[in-house]
Amino acid sequence: MSNIILLGTRKGTVIFDRINGDWRPRPITHEGIPICYAARDPRDGTLWASLDHGHWGAKLSRSRDEGVTWEDMTSIKYPEGARYIVNYLPTPDFDPEAPSAQAQYADAIVYKIWNITFGTAEQPGRLYAGTIPGGLFVSDDGGDSWELNRPLWNHESRGGDLFAGDATSENHWYGTPASIDYGVFEPGIHSIIVDPYNADHMYVAVSTAGVLETTDGGQTWQGRNRGMLMDYLPNPLADWGHDPHFVTCCPGQSAHLWQQNHCGVFYSDDGAQNWKKVSMPDAGVHFGFPIAVDEDDGRTAWVIPAQADSERMAIDGGLCVARTTDGGQSWQTFRNGLPQDNAYDIVLRHSLDISGDCLCFGSSTGNVYLSEDRGENWQCLGNNFPPIYSVRFG
Amino acid sequence: MATVEMTPHLYRFFPQLENRPITVPASSVAEILQAINDIAPGFTDYVLDERGALRRHVKLCINETIVIDRKKLSDYVQDHETVYIFQALTGG
Repeated sequence: MSNIILLGTRKGTVIFDRINGDWRPRPITHEGIPICYAARDPRDGTLWASLDHGHWGAKLSRSRDEGVTWEDMTSIKYPEGARYIVNYLPTPDFDPEAPSAQAQYADAIVYKIWNITFGTAEQPGRLYAGTIPGGLFVSDDGGDSWELNRPLWNHESRGGDLFAGDATSENHWYGTPASIDYGVFEPGIHSIIVDPYNADHMYVAVSTAGVLETTDGGQTWQGRNRGMLMDYLPNPLADWGHDPHFVTCCPGQSAHLWQQNHCGVFYSDDGAQNWKKVSMPDAGVHFGFPIAVDEDDGRTAWVIPAQADSERMAIDGGLCVARTTDGGQSWQTFRNGLPQDNAYDIVLRHSLDISGDCLCFGSSTGNVYLSEDRGENWQCLGNNFPPIYSVRFG
Repeated sequence: MATVEMTPHLYRFFPQLENRPITVPASSVAEILQAINDIAPGFTDYVLDERGALRRHVKLCINETIVIDRKKLSDYVQDHETVYIFQALTGG
């Protein structure tokens, strides 16, 4: 069981230490800087935080002394010639007739480093970073230098190789509302999964496009959205256009993947070859952002149901956590220790995590809750934190 | 020589720039920012994006005039002029 928890918050990084059975927060670090993701590399103990500077651009910060000192790093950059096909901001004055029939291009810059994921134990120094506007970056030297994964950037679902020239296929990667803060409407990679048993086997999830898989270490990528359903495009079964809010897999049974999507909860027990909708709207299990899966049992997962989707807050003013132990055929909801009156929290996509029997989540209203019995009973770790963007055990 | 002044928020990341006058040879804004970067490596990564353009929420003035060329930074700074680097009033 982990002994630290990292919170990425709107006003800095908060680290909880487990001391004599109690979780105690340290004073906030990266004071005043929005931290959209923070995590600890289990291979060497390095702490990582993604700085979402409003003024100075997205940066990474790294601590190799358990959070005593941090070193800011500026090495994630799109290479010269990296372009994308512009998506149009859905503003009130947007005229769908106005864009020309021809694609418009923009030079890529890093708006947000949305996720940091660590390679396998056999790959010391291998790190991945998912960004807005939709580039996957790879490092093999512990984060000192990064390279854009070009096969994914140049994927045919995104218009093809725009380094070489104009688009050769249609762009199916649409914008995420998470990009609007930067004055654009572009896609982002928020979920990166490395198969613990095969380092060449990975998945990424893109808002808004869907899930892609590689089995050759990132040289080629295939869409993995069969069985996905959506309710905001004419064809609910379309290959692309899906909005996975978060995707994760069972470390002990890596063919079992879970997805909290804009349009429901989805489960795959065959390595994302097929997805099955396992929502149970009558039980409130349908809309939400985060999802966690048991470390050993691929059929057991947790979600934090929210009121879909125009409201995006706790259902009926009460927080609950839902758990399935049978691959989504049934769900149990747990409320003990969670507020049931006047609670309007929303828990964002990276803000639920699991370590052994312990789960922790934080909300955009600055509340942190922890369970040490697989989500059945909860204790509050604090109510006055800044809005929370990520929660990760270390 | 031109003078450079900047928001003290940048001293958090580049303490070597604090409590010292910054004077650089008269030149384009791009060259002036590069001169600061020579004193404080990494500085341009904070005020410019990877295409070399001013970041959206960075404001740069020559005396009281806001720079025109935010992409290539070609505006020329004369001797005795002052470059001001501000952060735009955004955020919450």
